[in-house]
Amino acid sequence: MSKFKKKKSGELPAISTASLPDIVFMLLFFFMVATTMRETTLMVQNSLPTADQVEKLDKKDLVMYIYAGKPSQRYQQKFGTEARIQLNDKFADVSEVQSFIYSERDSKREELIPYLTTALKVDKETNMGLVSDIKQELRKAEALKINYTTVQGDATTANQ
Amino acid sequence: MARRSSPEVNAGSMADIAFLLLIFFLVTTTIETDKGISRKLPPWQPEDVEPPTLKMRNVFEVVVNSNNDLLVEDEEMELKDLRQAAVAFLDNGGGTGSEACSFCQGSADPDLSVNPKKAVISLVNNRGTEYGTYIAVQNELVAAYNELRNREAKRLYGSTFVELETEYNDPKTGEGRKESLKEKIETIKDMIPQKLSEAEPK
Repeated sequence: MSKFKKKKSGELPAISTASLPDIVFMLLFFFMVATTMRETTLMVQNSLPTADQVEKLDKKDLVMYIYAGKPSQRYQQKFGTEARIQLNDKFADVSEVQSFIYSERDSKREELIPYLTTALKVDKETNMGLVSDIKQELRKAEALKINYTTVQGDATTANQ
Repeated sequence: MARRSSPEVNAGSMADIAFLLLIFFLVTTTIETDKGISRKLPPWQPEDVEPPTLKMRNVFEVVVNSNNDLLVEDEEMELKDLRQAAVAFLDNGGGTGSEACSFCQGSADPDLSVNPKKAVISLVNNRGTEYGTYIAVQNELVAAYNELRNREAKRLYGSTFVELETEYNDPKTGEGRKESLKEKIETIKDMIPQKLSEAEPK
């Protein structure tokens, strides 16, 4: 009758923890690969120009980022292909640059304000008209320290 | 052969090893920093301020048009020749008397600058100029200044200007060393100031 009787009865076998390190490693690798240290989502095309006379931009908390370029593929339907400015997570007009600088300044500690740098991450195909407009606004807002973010490389050949 | 169960290896501490590695990498990883050309914008001025007058020979005019062509001192030029032309202009040393340049190695051409202290590079770009070209031109002009500064720093202190600056910016450099480095950097900057003026685009 008892054909399907258990052979053993009683205590549960201990769950093997041998695969726990594998799981941890898997998580480790996943995060190592998937992490990008970008705080804002890019909504513009952003292939930076090349230069070799570069300085490092250390102290990330003292940098304000202004992006500019043509809207990315999926935003072109809505915003067209004309180059635009991106501040934080949205497209902005040139006139909004000043208030952006002021609000960024307000969020920093007072003694750090003189060290603030504005990093211009501009697509290399953008016209200088837009960049000049941004620079004029920065001058009005007295954010005079700027940095044209570039990729390291030979400038004479790569930018043509 | 008789089947026997092999003794199980205790793998409980493997997790600890994995965590240790994870923490090690977390601590040692430095996030890649951005690099770029640093510039300082001139302060905003009201429109009616009279610009200072400069001698023509002390101004090196670089114009970039909307087709990304270069016009240097009213002559067309390739981008690759710009650096050399700018160095020749800055290092000309055509001055006499109080304007004389003690370290210049140029040919003292009467059309080029009298002294690096007086020399101004004026960069004019069009609204239609591509940003990439503009950066390339900026890069070449900064490179010209750096070339001269490196040469002078090498002559005076035995190491290039870029090396001095890198050491100065390194957080591991001691305070005493920093003081002397700062003095050297200031001396070089005073000898060859970076006077790069940008006109508003037309």
